[in-house]
Parts: sequence; C-alpha cells; structure tokens
Amino acid sequence: MAKITLSKLRHSYMPNPTSADDYALKEIDLDWSDGGAYALLGPSGCGKSTLLNIISGLLIPSEGQVLFDGKDVTALPPDQRNIAQVFQFPVIYDTMTVFDNLAFPLRNRGVDETRVTARVSEIATMLEVTDLLRTKAAGLSPDNKQKISMGRGLVRDDVNVVMFDEPLTVIDPHLKWKLRSKLKELHQKVRATMIYVTHDQTEALTFADQVVVMQDGEVVQIGTPVELFERPAHTFVGHFIGSPGMNVLAAEMRDGGAFLGGHHVALEGTVTTSTGAPQIGIRPEFVKISDAGLPATVRKVSDVGRHSVVEAMVGDISVKAVTEGAVPEQGAAIHLKFQQDQTRLYRDGWLATEGAVS
Amino acid sequence: MKTQNHKAWFFVLPVLFLVAFNALIPMMTVVNYSVQETFGNNVFFWEGLRWFEDLLNSDRFHAALGRQFLFTGLILLIEVPLGVIIALSMPRKGPWVPVCLVLMALPMLIPWNVVGAMWNIFTLPDIGLLGYLMNTTLGIDYDMTQSPFAAWATIITMDVWHWTSLVVLLSYAGLVSIPDAYYQAAKIDGASPFKVFRYIQLPKMKQVLTIAILLRFMDSFNIYTEVFVLTGGGPGNSTTLLSIDLVKIALGQFDLGPAAAMSLIYFAITLLVSWLFYTLMTKDDAK
Repeated sequence: MAKITLSKLRHSYMPNPTSADDYALKEIDLDWSDGGAYALLGPSGCGKSTLLNIISGLLIPSEGQVLFDGKDVTALPPDQRNIAQVFQFPVIYDTMTVFDNLAFPLRNRGVDETRVTARVSEIATMLEVTDLLRTKAAGLSPDNKQKISMGRGLVRDDVNVVMFDEPLTVIDPHLKWKLRSKLKELHQKVRATMIYVTHDQTEALTFADQVVVMQDGEVVQIGTPVELFERPAHTFVGHFIGSPGMNVLAAEMRDGGAFLGGHHVALEGTVTTSTGAPQIGIRPEFVKISDAGLPATVRKVSDVGRHSVVEAMVGDISVKAVTEGAVPEQGAAIHLKFQQDQTRLYRDGWLATEGAVS
Repeated sequence: MKTQNHKAWFFVLPVLFLVAFNALIPMMTVVNYSVQETFGNNVFFWEGLRWFEDLLNSDRFHAALGRQFLFTGLILLIEVPLGVIIALSMPRKGPWVPVCLVLMALPMLIPWNVVGAMWNIFTLPDIGLLGYLMNTTLGIDYDMTQSPFAAWATIITMDVWHWTSLVVLLSYAGLVSIPDAYYQAAKIDGASPFKVFRYIQLPKMKQVLTIAILLRFMDSFNIYTEVFVLTGGGPGNSTTLLSIDLVKIALGQFDLGPAAAMSLIYFAITLLVSWLFYTLMTKDDAK
C-alpha cells in the first residue's frame, strides 16, 4: 500500500499536441492517501479512464510524474507497480477454474503453493464464492465473473492500489446494488487504496470517502460526497451531482449585489472575484415556494416519488424547486425564496463567494 | 407441450431439393454401382459386398490410404502452427492491416489447377525458377519427376503455400476479437507472453481453429487437382493419393464397381475422422 502522487500530469493521444484542446488530460496534480476509497467521477470522455491507465502503467503520460510513496514509477510497466485493476467487462481466464483464476497473479510472481491456497480461500470467503472454486470460470454469470476479476485484484496483499474502471456496467441492476455494498465492505476489510472510476454519481457517492470530479481532462473538485453536494466548486459539479442538478442561473451584477431577472438576490457571503460571467447557483432543495420572494410562474410539476419538482419561470429564467406536500397548479403565480446560505455566485463557472462563517 | 411451427420445413424444402440432386441422388448411384459389376450397355451383375472385401484387402488401397494420411498429417502439422504464428505476428491495428490481409488472401484466390500448373513450371529443372536455382545455382539434385522425395517436398510446400492463409485468416479473426482489457489484465497479473498465448489467445482462437483444422483436414484429404496437375501421382505411385487412385480406377481402368466401393469407403473415412475430431475438440465446451 502506498500514497500515490500525481505531479503536473498531462497526457495527449496526439504525437505533437499544440493547443490545450489536444490534451486528454490537462495538468493534474493530485494526492491519494494510503488506504483511502476514492471515486473518479465524470461524464464519458472526460479523461478519467486515461488517468486510471496512467496510474496503472498501461499508458505513459506525455508529461509529469506518477509517484508511489515518493518513488517515481512513471516509466515502470504495470506488473512492476504492484497495482490491480478491474475492468468494465469482466476479464477472466476461460479455461481455468475459479481457483486458478484467483491464484494466477500469485503464481505468476512465484508465491509458494501453500500461501496461494491460503490467500485464495481467504479472498473466496470474502467474495462468497467458496463453493464455486472448483468450477470452470467460463460458465459463470456476469456478476460472479466480475467478482472473480475483483478477487484477482485483491488476492495480492502487497498491492499499492486497486482500481475499478466502471466495474458495474454489465451487471444487472439488482445485483449492482449488492456488489456495490460488497465493495465498500471489502475496502473496510483490506484497507487498500481503491480508486473507483464511474460516471454514475450514486456509485461514486456510496463507494467513496473522497470524490474527484473531472470534466474535459481537468479535476474540477475533490471532496467528500457531502461537500460536493453542499458546496460545488464549479457549476459543472453542481449540475452533475444531485437529481435534479443545481440551478445555474444567468445573473446580473450591479450596485454590489446580484440580480436575477431584475430582482435582487442575497448571496451567502462576500463576492471574491470581480470578473467573468456571473451565475447564481442554488440547489433545488433550497428553493422554497413561499408568500414573498421572487415572483414566478409555474411551468411544470413533476412528481418524482418522495417529493415533487416544480419548474417555475422567473421572467425567462427557469428555476427548479423541490417541494414536499401540496404543489401549485401549472400556470399559477408563486413566489420563490432562496435560502441565503445556500445561494452562491459563480463566475465563469467557478465558485466566487465566500461561505458564511459557521 | 411445446407448440411446433411446421412452417420452417417449407423454407428448408428448396435446399433439400438442391442437396438431393447434387449429393443424395448421385451418391445413391454410387451405392448402386458398388454392389454390381457392369461391362457397359446397361447390363449389371449382382456382386454383393465383393468389391468392398477386395478393396479392404488390397495392398494398393492400403498404400494410397497411407500416403493420404501422411500427406494430410504433414500439412496439418505445418499449416496449423505456422498459420497461428503468422496470425500472432500480424499487426492488429494500423495501415498495414489491409495490406497483410490481402497478401494473405492472394494464394487462396488462385484456381487449383492453376496452382498445380504454376508449381509445375516453377520447379522444372531446366527453365523453372526454383528448379533452376536448386540444380544449377545451389547444386542440389532436385527433380520432381525422378525423386519421390522431391515430389513429396514439392506437393507439401505447394499446399502450405496455397492454404496456410486459411488458418492465418481464421486465427486472426479470433485474435482481433479479444478485447484490449484481456491483455491489460494479463499485464497487471504479471503473465508471461507464453501465458498470454496459452490462457488468453489460444482459448479465444480455439473455436475458429477447430473450424480451420476441420476444413483443412477435409480439403487436404480430398485433394485432387493440384497434385494431379503437378505430379500426376508420380514418380511411380509415390504421390498417388486416394483421390488420384480413385480416378485411375474409375476412369482409367473403367472399373466402376470397385471405384464406387472405394468412394464409399473414402467418404466414410472422411466423415468418421471429421466427426471424431470435432467431438474431441468440442468436448470441453459441452460440459
């Protein structure tokens, strides 16, 4: 196990990248502490798999360094880095039994057979596949196959990091949930550093202690699930995490205050940046329908189960609000109240207000 | 009970007719000939199983069958490993892929009798490129029409040249279907190149390889044109394979009865070996 440091990492798939757009990864500086459970969250094509392959050594970055416990491993091939990776589609060795599959990484490294047997049975118990050990791996169901590929990652006790590249993509929904909690449980047992790549916020938020949100080859925010939800550092994070995502509303700055459709909106704190296109960001959970506030017209009401999402128009700006209980009629004139300590200003997408001192 | 839809039979009917006319009916004629003696003029005498007994006890048939197995065995031993090796070393991405594929497919596009004729001229000791090179430049005594060894070496080389591509293309198709993740996982698991071949590439190629070996077995076991054009079965009888012998008996000696019996036994052997082979190769999958 080790602490992983990414230093000034850049990667381009082109031989001679010129502009920033040629880079799949733009300048990444990150520290992953030993034994942490991390999620790498972002939409498809944001560079998260590239980053993962750089850490595992399947890709050599164009620039920058990868350090394991301070040791530069940038140029080392995957088998010398002591890492494990679980892929999107389960990779199993068809002709071997489940036991031999799990033993494969150990045997390749010349571990003696008694130790192999001990480790394999330990991992098999953890994954609850003990009674499958003697069967051929080819005939297994997809979720069991994926368990075996996870097992191959966990079987070596000296791994620096176990990486998961969207491992639940091919798993049935009802088993997804089971495997997800299994993973969390495994992390608590083995205490290895784990990095979980996904574009599914539920997977990321349930698995990880720290979530790294990426967009267009850049890290936009690192934080606990709660931090990401409550104080998105970038409108992208606000929008990407949460259902529905954060309201990002084009605003106007004048007289030292923010205005939305001509109405003054109180912000959480002092504005720190004075340039860039201003936007107000507030989660629908903190927009309340009340007697006073911004005048709005209800455009749509959707019942999503536990609560309803009301979409209302303030002028020509659409604002979503989450309400429980009675909902207004479509077309009704209402007033929206923004909870002040959750109302933030973003400039050019980045957070530009100081939080209220608590 | 399962409801059965008999409409499917209707769609199979045209194929059935086709097979009946080009396979079943001719085959029945052969069965008819195999138990009778004829001297032409549509006069037949019942002979029972005499031709079959004669044939199975004949040294000539044993020798031809032996040569046939030797030929098929040798070309399989060469073409299968060679085909796999070539497929493994072909690029899987990039601009060279189509070039390699076309180059590989070229020999297979040449008609069989042309292949025979080509190699015949190629190996002529006085004017053939290979024959001349071997005899005059290298000083090796090489004449297909004189030496049985030279004749065998030539028919084997010709078949390898003509058909290894089939194994290559099928193996290659199996190889490119392996997702990158398998190679990446193997790298991470610390597998050696041999283990990658043994546990990833070979299992993934197994099915296409089964087909390739089966096709190569049947084709080479029934080979006629190329060898006939190249050596005519000689020198002596040294390259008289089963099919060549069969044609000699049927059309050379016009012994239609024995020839018919021989075709049936020939057919039975091909079928039996193919079946045995297929059953053995697919035994594991059925479990």
